[in-house]
Amino acid sequence: MTQLPTSTEKKLGLVIDLDTCVGCHACVVSCKGWNTENYGAPLSDQNAYGADPTGTFLNRVHSFEVQPERGAAQTIHFPKSCLHCEDAPCVTVCPTGASYKRVEDGIVLVNETDCIGCGLCAWACPYGAREMDQKEGVMKKCTLCVDRIYNENLPEEDRQPACVRTCPAGARHFGDLGDETSDVSKLVAERGGIDLMPEQGTKPVNKYLPPRPKDEAAIDVLAPFLEPVAEEATGFLGWLDRTLEKL
Amino acid sequence: MHPAPSIIAFTVLSGLGFGLLGFLGLGKPDVSGFTAFVFFFIGFGLAISGLISSTFHLGNPQRALKAFSQWRTSWLSREGWLSVATLIVMGIYAIGIIFFHTRFAILGILGALLCLATVFATSMIYTQIKTVPRWNHWSTPVLFLLYSITGGALLSGQVWIAEPLFLLLGAAQLVFWMFGDNLFADSGSNMGTATGLGSLGKVRLFEGPHSGGNYLTREMVHVVGRKHAVKLRVISVFCLALLPWAIFTFFNFGHAWALLAVILHLIGAFVSRWLFFAQAEHTVGLYYGAR
Amino acid sequence: MNQPKLNLSPKVSDEVRKTTCYMCACRCGINVHMKDGKVAYIEGNRDHPVNQGVLCAKGSAGIMQHNAPSRLRAPLKRVGERGSGEFEEISWDEAYDIAAGWLKPIRETAPEKLAFFTGRDQSQSFTSMWAQAFGTPNYAAHGGFCSVNMAAAGIYTMGGAFWEFGQPDWDRTKMFMLFGVAEDHDSNPIKMGLGKLKKRGAKVVGVNPIRSGYNAVADEWVGINPGTDGLFILAMVHELFKAGKIDLNYLAMFTNAPVLVNGDEKSEDFGLLMRDKDNKLMVIDRATGKPAAFDKKGVKPDLAGSVRDAGWTHKTVFQHMAEKYLDPQYAPENVAEKTGIAAETIKRLAAELADVAFNQAIELDIEWTDFRGETHSKMTGRPVSFHSMRGISAHANGFQTCRALHLLQIILGSVEVPGGFRFKPPYPKPPEAHPKPHCGVKPGQPLDGPHLGFVHGPDDLALKEDGSPARIDKAFTWDNPMSAHGLMHMVISNAHAGDPYKIDTLFMYMANMSWNSSMNTRGVIDMLTDKDENGDYVIPRIIYSDAYSSEMVAYADLILPDTTYLERHDCISLLDRPICEAEAAADAIRWPVVEPDRDVKGFQSALCDLGAKLGLPGFVNEDGSQKYADYGDYITNHERRPGVGPLMGFRGNGDETGRGAPNPNQLDRYIENGGFAMAHIAEDHQFYKPWNAGYQDWAVKIGIYDAPQPYVFNLWSEPMRRFQLAAEGHGTRQPPDHLRERIKTKMDPLPIWYDANEAENKADEYPITALTQRPMAMYHSWGTQNAWLRQIHGRNPLYVSQKVWDANGFAEGDWARVTSPHGEITVPVALQAALNDNTVWTWNAIGKRKGAWALEEDAPEATKGFLLNHLIHELLPPKGDGLRWSNSDPITGQAAWFDLKVRVEKAPAPSDGESQPNLKPISSPVGTGPENLAWKVGK
Ligand SMILES: Nc1nc2c(c(=O)[nH]1)N[C@H]1C(S)=C(S)[C@@H](COP(=O)(O)OP(=O)(O)OC[C@H]3O[C@@H](n4cnc5c(=O)[nH]c(N)nc54)[C@H](O)[C@@H]3O)O[C@H]1N2
Ligand SMILES: Nc1nc2c(c(=O)[nH]1)N[C@H]1C(S)=C(S)[C@@H](COP(=O)(O)OP(=O)(O)OC[C@H]3O[C@@H](n4cnc5c(=O)[nH]c(N)nc54)[C@H](O)[C@@H]3O)O[C@H]1N2
Ligand code: SF4
Ligand code: SF4
Ligand code: SF4
Ligand code: SF4
Ligand code: SF4
Ligand SMILES: [Mo]
Repeated sequence: MTQLPTSTEKKLGLVIDLDTCVGCHACVVSCKGWNTENYGAPLSDQNAYGADPTGTFLNRVHSFEVQPERGAAQTIHFPKSCLHCEDAPCVTVCPTGASYKRVEDGIVLVNETDCIGCGLCAWACPYGAREMDQKEGVMKKCTLCVDRIYNENLPEEDRQPACVRTCPAGARHFGDLGDETSDVSKLVAERGGIDLMPEQGTKPVNKYLPPRPKDEAAIDVLAPFLEPVAEEATGFLGWLDRTLEKL
Repeated sequence: MHPAPSIIAFTVLSGLGFGLLGFLGLGKPDVSGFTAFVFFFIGFGLAISGLISSTFHLGNPQRALKAFSQWRTSWLSREGWLSVATLIVMGIYAIGIIFFHTRFAILGILGALLCLATVFATSMIYTQIKTVPRWNHWSTPVLFLLYSITGGALLSGQVWIAEPLFLLLGAAQLVFWMFGDNLFADSGSNMGTATGLGSLGKVRLFEGPHSGGNYLTREMVHVVGRKHAVKLRVISVFCLALLPWAIFTFFNFGHAWALLAVILHLIGAFVSRWLFFAQAEHTVGLYYGAR
Repeated sequence: MNQPKLNLSPKVSDEVRKTTCYMCACRCGINVHMKDGKVAYIEGNRDHPVNQGVLCAKGSAGIMQHNAPSRLRAPLKRVGERGSGEFEEISWDEAYDIAAGWLKPIRETAPEKLAFFTGRDQSQSFTSMWAQAFGTPNYAAHGGFCSVNMAAAGIYTMGGAFWEFGQPDWDRTKMFMLFGVAEDHDSNPIKMGLGKLKKRGAKVVGVNPIRSGYNAVADEWVGINPGTDGLFILAMVHELFKAGKIDLNYLAMFTNAPVLVNGDEKSEDFGLLMRDKDNKLMVIDRATGKPAAFDKKGVKPDLAGSVRDAGWTHKTVFQHMAEKYLDPQYAPENVAEKTGIAAETIKRLAAELADVAFNQAIELDIEWTDFRGETHSKMTGRPVSFHSMRGISAHANGFQTCRALHLLQIILGSVEVPGGFRFKPPYPKPPEAHPKPHCGVKPGQPLDGPHLGFVHGPDDLALKEDGSPARIDKAFTWDNPMSAHGLMHMVISNAHAGDPYKIDTLFMYMANMSWNSSMNTRGVIDMLTDKDENGDYVIPRIIYSDAYSSEMVAYADLILPDTTYLERHDCISLLDRPICEAEAAADAIRWPVVEPDRDVKGFQSALCDLGAKLGLPGFVNEDGSQKYADYGDYITNHERRPGVGPLMGFRGNGDETGRGAPNPNQLDRYIENGGFAMAHIAEDHQFYKPWNAGYQDWAVKIGIYDAPQPYVFNLWSEPMRRFQLAAEGHGTRQPPDHLRERIKTKMDPLPIWYDANEAENKADEYPITALTQRPMAMYHSWGTQNAWLRQIHGRNPLYVSQKVWDANGFAEGDWARVTSPHGEITVPVALQAALNDNTVWTWNAIGKRKGAWALEEDAPEATKGFLLNHLIHELLPPKGDGLRWSNSDPITGQAAWFDLKVRVEKAPAPSDGESQPNLKPISSPVGTGPENLAWKVGK
C-alpha cells in the first residue's frame, strides 16, 4: 500500500558507525550475495566482464574527505543503504502499491510482482537507496534482510542482516530504534547518532554515528612532556645506577 | 536527472494534446464533421502517443494497469485516472461533434477542466519530488499548464490568445529558469547534510562507491550537456515563444506559416523539456560529488 | 492495510559445507551454502578462530571467483610464440610426459638448472619438500619481494614477527600504533581488532603517508614522509631514554640488554656477546657484582654492569644502546624536517606511549613461572601495542626500521605481556631454532637440507667453493646476507642474464610474474621472450601453474591448470603458516566442497603425481610406486618427524593433538569440526611465552618444539655483528671489496636509520615518492575476474596531494606523466587532500593486460588502469661504478617497492585515451566472459 502506516509496531533499522567503518566493502558484497540468491529477482550485472560493468547493489560504500578549519583533512568511509524512513516519500509516490512500509516493523519493501518499474520511487528517495534492476525491470532496495531476521531456518544468532553479520569492524548495528531501551537506541543516544538530510523530512530510521574528534592529543596537552632524567649518556648511567638500586 | 526521450515525449506531447483538447472542449474552434475529426485526431493522437511513450520508460509495461491503484497517494496514479477520464469524456464529446454535429457544452467544459487537471497531475508528478528542488516548486505546475494552454491555443488556431501567451510563456520560462537555478542551494541540502559531516568541515567526495557508473548515476546524476544550458535556453525561448509570436504578429499568412510556428514551438518545447530534466539536480548527486 | 504476506522463513540452503577461504592469504573459515550441489552463498564461519563469522568483500564474492569465466579448463601446451597466448589443450598424461621429459635429465645431471618458485604458496612445507627431493637449491616462495624485512627483523630480534605470526592484545591494549599498513594478511582480524579498540575508546594512531582505510579511522594520523619511519621511531626511543621511561626490569630479565659486549677491539670477537665456559650469555649479577650466566636461577642481570679485562672494558648492550640513542642526531628537533613530523608531535607521542605503558599499566593476577625457575605472582601489562607491515618493510632501510620498531616495543616492555603484542604459535621461536639455508647439490640426489632459513654469520651463506652465489636468486650472499625468504623478484632477471649461471627450466606456481608481481614489468616480459643467437629462448623452458587466465599464462610453455579453492584439498599447517591465535594453536584445511567440472587438478596433487613420475625420494614407495595418491593422502599420511604431520588435530585414534600417528579419518574429522582444529593455551601460559616454562612445555607436548627453548630478545644482533666483523677484515669468508663499506655501515647490530637509496634514486631530480596500497576489496590481480569486485575497483587513478595538484594546476579528468629514473607512464590523476605533500599513490594491481582474465579488451582495467611497476626497476640506476646495485634491502634483499621516486607533470590525454604504456593484447585461452549475469542457483 502506498499509504504509509500511521505508526509501526517496531522501527527496525541499522546504526552505522562512521568512526569505525574502514571502508572495506564487505557489507556491499555480502548484501549482493545474499540478495542475489534470496528475496526477489537476483541482483543482475550488465557488461559483467566488459568495458562498463554495472550491476544492482542495495548497499554501497562512498568515501568522503572532510577538511576541518584547522589540521589535516580526514577521510570518512560512508556506507549507505535504505534508511527505512518513517515518512518514506518513495512509498507514497508509488502508483502501483508495490512499495510499502511494513506495519509490524517499519521495513520498506518493494513487492516485485506489482512493480511496473516506473522509477518514481527512486526519484523520490533523497538518498539513492533504490536501484532499478536492469534485467528484471523492477525496483530493488535494501530489504533489511527481512528473509533473514525472522528466518527460523537460521540459528538465532544469525537472524540479522547479512551486512551486519559480515562487517569485520563491527561498524554496523541492527535493532529496534523505536525501543528506547534497545542496544541500538542506547548507542545512538550515547554517541549522538544523526539523521541524514533531516531537512528532507523523511525521518530516517537508520542512524549514523559521527566520527569521533580526530588528531587530538589523548593526554592533557598542558601536562609536561617527558621530563628528562639526563641529557647525555654519562648522566643517564648515573640515573640508571640509582634506579636499578631501587628495583 | 536523465533526460529520457520517452518522458520528454510523454510530457510534451500529452501536454500539447490535452491543451488542444481543452480548447476543443470549450468549442474553440467551433468545428464539426471532418474538420472536427482532424482536430480531435490530432488532440487525441498527441495525448495518447504521449501516454504510450511514457510506458517505454517502464521496466514492466505489461503491468501498467496496476498503476491505477494508488490514486489516494500517488500523483502518477491520479494522472493515469485523470487522463483516462479526460479521454473518455472528450471521446464522448468528440463523437457528438463529429458524428452527430452536436456539441454537449457541459461535457466540453468538463472535458476542458479535466484536460487542465490531467496536465496539472502530470506536473505534480515532478513537483512533488522534493529531492529535486528545481521541480519541487509552484512554478512547475504553472509552467506545465502554460505550456499546455499555449500549445493548445496554437494548435487550435486561437491566435488572439496564443500571441500574448507566447510572450507570457517565454517570459515565465525565463524567469523560472533564473530563480530555479538557486532552488537547490536554497533547499538546504548539501554534501554536509547529506553525509551529516558538515559540522566537521568542508566535505568532498574522495572515491565513489564503485569505479563505474550505476543506475543512480545514470538516472539521477546526469551532468552531461549542462554546460550548454545557456545556449539551449536561448534557442528554446526563441523557438518556443519569440519566433512563433513574431510569425503570428508579422507574417500571419496562412497554413505554411502556422505549420512553421507549430514546428518551432515544438522544437522549443522539446529543448526546454530536455533542460527541465537535464538541469534538474537530485539530492543523490550530493553522494556522488556532483555539486 | 493489506500488505503482501511474505515467507519470512525461506529455506536457506540444502547443506552447509565448512572450509577455508582463499580469496586472500588470511584464511578465514567459511560456510559454503549449497543448493542442488552448487555453491549458492558464502558467509563466515562463526566458530572459526580467524574470522569468528565475519567475512570481507573478497570472501563474500568467492562465488564469482569460483565461477569466473577466466578459469582454465585443461592443461595447455604453447603453440604460438611465447607471449602470444596461443595454446592447445592437452591431457594430463601428455602434460606430465612433457614436464618429466624436461625435468628428468636435469635432475640426473645438474639439478640446479631447475628453478622452482612458488609465489603465493600456502603449502610451502610441501613444495619445498618437493624441491628438496628434486635436489635443486633454487626454491623459494614470494616472501622476498613481499615482506621478508618484517618477518626476518621480527624473528632475528624477538623470535617472531607481526605479519600473521603475532597480534596485539586487542582486548586489553589502550594505545595502538599502526605503521604502514593498508590491509595486510591478517585482514579480518585487524578489522575486528580495530573494532574492539573503537568500542572501548582506545586510542589508535596511524603512521602512514596516506590517510585511508585503517588510517582513516585512526584517532590520530601521522602523515610521515615515506622511508623515514626508522628516524621517527628512534626519536621516540631517544625521548624515552632521555626520560628514563624504559622498562628496566623487563630489559634486564628478558632481553640481551644486560649481556656484556666484547669491547676488545683487537679480538676476533670484538662486538660479539660474551659467553661463559658453558657457552651461556654472560651478564653481571647485580646481587654479587660478578659475571654470571643470563639464565641462572635468581640472577639479577645488571644493565649498568661492565668488566675490565686486559685494558678493555666490556659494557652491556644496554649501555651501548644508551650511548647510541641519546645521541642528538635522534633528537626530535633534528628529525622533524626529514620525517615531516613536528618535534612537538614526536615528543607528545613518546609521552603518550610512556603514560599508557607505565602510568596505565595493568596487572593480571595470574601466577606463572619463568625459565629461570622463578615464580611471579602477577602478569604486568604495558597496554601499548604496535602493528606494521610493508609500509616500513618495503624500503631498502626496512630491515633496520622494523628492528627499530621492535626495539621500541621492547624497551616499553610491551611484547608478550597483557595489553601488548603477543606471538601466535609456532612462535615464539629463537632464531637459532630455524634451519639454516642449504645448497649442497648432487646430481640425482636430494638437496642436503632445507633451502631457506636463518643465517647467523658468513659461514652460513649459500656460496659455492669459489665464493660465487649457489642460488639463482643470489639469496644468502654478501649482497643480501640475511635473505631468509629468497629473492623471487630476481629470478627471471638473473636467469635471463645467466648470472650467476644459466638455468634450463623455470617452474612457477601462483605468481603473476609477467605483470603485477614483478618490478620492471615490460623488461621482464622481454626477458621471458628473449631469444639467443640460435633462436632459442634465453630461458629455455617455463612451466607454470595457475587456476586462471592471468597475464603470466601467456609466457609459459606448459600450463598445469589448478582447481579453485573450493575444489581441492589444502592444509594450513603448523609446519608453515598456520592460523593460530595468541591464545591457541590452530590449523585448518580446504576440501573439495564441489568437484571440478573440468580437466583441472590441485597443483599439490599434480606435484604428487609428477614427483612419483620423476622417482623423487619421499614421493615413491620402496617399490617405486607412487606414494601419495593426491594431496589429501599426503596431508593425512605424511610425517615430518615421527608423530608430527601437516595437521595437528585429530591424530592417532582421533583424540590426540599435535603428536600422534597418522589417522586415516583425520580429514573427515576436520570437516566435521568445521574445517579446522584448535588447541587452547592455558591462561597462565598465554603471556611471556618465550620465558614461560609452562608454555614451553606445552609447545613441546603438541609438537611445536622437541625440547623447551627459552631465549632472550636480541636487541643486539650477533649475526649482523658477525657480518660486520667480516667486512672489517676478520675471518676467512670475506665479502667482495665493493660491499665492505655497505656491510660495515648498514649491518649495525643495533637498529639504525639510513636513507633508503635516496641518492641512488636521484631524489633531488625526482622529489615525489610513488606508493601503492592494497584495496581491501581486491586481492592483487585475482579480483579483477570477479564480476562483483571489479565494479568496485575497475580502474585506478593516481592520487596526488593538494600540493602536487595545485603545483600542476590539475583539474578533474586530467592526466599526468609520471617519470622515474627508470621509465615513464601517463595516467589519470585524482586529488586526495588527506595525503602527505610529497607522495602520490594508486591502488595496487588494478591495471590489467588486454586479453587476460577473460575480460573484453576495452575493459577499464586495461584501458584506464595502470601499474606503477613499469617505473620500478629491480636494479638501482647506475652509479657510475660499473656495477648495478639491486633495488633491495642490503640486508635481506627485500624488494624496495616503496623507494620509488618520481616526477609528476601534467600531460595531455593520450591520443588513444588510454593509460600508457599500452601493451598489445595477448590472446585469451578461455575467451571472454558473458555479457550479463543474473546469478541465482536456487529456484
Ligand atoms: N607496485 C607494486 N607491486 C607489487 C606490490 C606492491 O606493493 N606494489 N606488492 C608485491 C607483493 S607484496 C606481492 S605478494 C606480489 C603479489 O603478486 P602475485 O604473487 O603475482 O599475486 P597475484 O596477482 O595474486 O597472482 C598470483 C597468481 O596466482 C593465480 N592464482 C589465483 N588463485 C590460484 C589458485 O588457486 N591456484 C593457482 N595455481 N593459481 C592461482 C592468479 O591467477 C595469479 O596469476 O605483488 C608484488 N607487487
Ligand atoms: N585485500 C587485500 N589484502 C591483502 C592483499 C591484497 O592484495 N588485497 N595482499 C596481501 C599481501 S601479499 C601483502 S604483502 C599484505 C600487505 O599488506 P600491507 O602492508 O598493508 O600492504 P600495502 O597495501 O602495500 O600497504 C602499505 C602501506 O604502507 C604505506 N607506506 C608506504 N611507505 C610508507 C612509509 O615509508 N612509512 C609508512 N609509515 N607507511 C608507508 C602505504 O601508504 C600503505 O598504506 O596484504 C595482504 N593482504
Ligand atoms: S563492512 Fe563494515 S567496515 Fe566494511 S565498509 Fe561495511 S560498514 Fe564499513
Ligand atoms: S531511504 Fe529512500 S528508499 Fe529508503 S525509505 Fe527512505 S526514501 Fe524510501
Ligand atoms: S518503480 Fe515500482 S516500486 Fe517504484 S514507484 Fe514504480 S512501481 Fe512503485
Ligand atoms: S540489511 Fe540486508 S538488504 Fe539491507 S543493506 Fe544490509 S544486507 Fe543489504
Ligand atoms: S580476509 Fe577475506 S579473502 Fe581473505 S581469507 Fe578472509 S574472507 Fe577470505
Ligand atoms: Mo605480499
